[in-house]
Amino acid sequence: MIKLTETVLNGLALGSVYALIALGFVVIFKASGVMNFAHGSLLLFGGYVTARLHDAIGFIPAVLVGAALAAALAGLVQLLATRGLRGAEIHTLTILTIGVDVLLSTELNRQVGADYLTMGDPWGADVTRLGSITVADARIAGIVVAVIVIGAFFAAFRWSRWGLSMRSAAADPEAAALMGIRLDRVRLIAWCVAGALAALAAVFLAAFPAPGLDRTTSQIALSAFPAAILGGMDSAVGALIGSLVIGLTAAMAAGYQNELSILGAGFSDVAPYLVMVLVLLVRPTGLFGSKELTRV
Amino acid sequence: MSPPETEAETEAGTLRVSDLHVSYGRSVQALHGVSLTVPQGRIVAVLGSNGAGKSTLLRAVSGTLALHRGTVERGTVHFDGVRLSGDAARSVAAGVVQVPEGRRIFGALSVEDNLRAGFLGSARRSRAELRAARERVFAQFPVLAERRRQAAGLMSGGEQQMLAMGRALMAAPRLLLLDEPSLGLAPLMVQRIAEIIHEINAQGTSILLVEQNAAMALELSDRASVLDVGQVRLEGSSADLAAADEVRRLYLGETYETGCASDANGDAAYATAASAPSVTGPGLTELGRWNG
Repeated sequence: MIKLTETVLNGLALGSVYALIALGFVVIFKASGVMNFAHGSLLLFGGYVTARLHDAIGFIPAVLVGAALAAALAGLVQLLATRGLRGAEIHTLTILTIGVDVLLSTELNRQVGADYLTMGDPWGADVTRLGSITVADARIAGIVVAVIVIGAFFAAFRWSRWGLSMRSAAADPEAAALMGIRLDRVRLIAWCVAGALAALAAVFLAAFPAPGLDRTTSQIALSAFPAAILGGMDSAVGALIGSLVIGLTAAMAAGYQNELSILGAGFSDVAPYLVMVLVLLVRPTGLFGSKELTRV
Repeated sequence: MSPPETEAETEAGTLRVSDLHVSYGRSVQALHGVSLTVPQGRIVAVLGSNGAGKSTLLRAVSGTLALHRGTVERGTVHFDGVRLSGDAARSVAAGVVQVPEGRRIFGALSVEDNLRAGFLGSARRSRAELRAARERVFAQFPVLAERRRQAAGLMSGGEQQMLAMGRALMAAPRLLLLDEPSLGLAPLMVQRIAEIIHEINAQGTSILLVEQNAAMALELSDRASVLDVGQVRLEGSSADLAAADEVRRLYLGETYETGCASDANGDAAYATAASAPSVTGPGLTELGRWNG
């Protein structure tokens, strides 16, 4: 029972970090129709900036600068796509993000090398004991920050001018343009928001009990892809639920790997994809996806 | 006669399209030198069949050509003496707002959010102004107030057309562009939409009305142009056009022989359309499509 509670808490912590990544992924897809395959390296970039700066300027400013620079870089990718390749097909832009990913991850791998970079977070390796349950402080912090940030995101999505512009533009870009909504601006902000969320996720992916930020962190971020797809790709709520499902699945598969050893070591890496496939078999559009996923 | 006006005065609130050439891609020329004027406070109709260039003309005015990969090759669009350069947000800010063909409301959003979206492009920002704009629209369309929390996609076609018009009115346009507002609506609802267009105009908004329903358009409008393969074929006062043989034959579903004596009266146009099924001749097949 203790183990189950701990595993569920770990799963929720992992799921809320995935949610930060998956939300950004979905926001970009909703706004511009592009699947951003550079999301993992954007995340690594934000984390790298934080890791390099925290000694000099402190943890929280470093996180903010990391998020700001990741947002700027994401915005730059979007500007490159719309200004440089004006009128290009959405598929072309999706391929472009793969190119951006290759460039970014190559350079970041060179910078990071074989090291584990610490984030300088205040939680370190501390744990909190509630009765006989032990949870890493960094994970609790991850859940709290994710709940606040995601809450703010949904509030903005529901009530702010940007949120309404975003939902209108996603529903019907031409009709939104006729209302005077600037599609380029909505897309640019969407990319920036997604970049900032990814940088924030990097901090918690690299925090205890992970050994730190290294070049595989961007691959861990890939687990957020099945979360977004599971949720339906164009639904923010779906991305949130999908992330929690994937987080719990991964934590369960890792926590009970001895019991699951018949499936082979490393099953927890595969489990999210397995869940995704099973859900898509029953609901081909994902949990909350719109029926028609092709965009004009 | 009023004293001679300066040029600035005559341009106030006037839409002036001059010698507009528009093409899609490299090869498809959609407009060949179209000129058209909508004076302040007037209703001007543009008639024409499918592919005549009506929607292209509206796109050039509302600044959405680029979304369809269309470009203005020659000619200009001016509103209120200011050149509209093909940027949709600028057209809206200048007071030119289009209600798109097929309504294109945001179906998954609530009626209220649709109206809020219509307010996004206007220069006004405050909550009080938003509320005032919404109250005006609710006064014009009480049904929208009743359904404000409902998902817009669940409303009937006529109600959706009202929402599309209400959404455009949220930006307080000085010129409203209407693209086929009667499309796919039952005859009674077409009559209701026509009344609403008349009311909106009576409150001081100029209207450029693009229609295939020529009877409705000619009844409502002061002047009209007939577009054909990207050129203005006929232009004149709506009463004159309603009486013109060519228009009657091509757009009102009549043969030369069955002309009605009181053409100048707008009601006659409606009566003609209503009695048209008994008329034989080349116009009949087209009429079926308009009423469809």
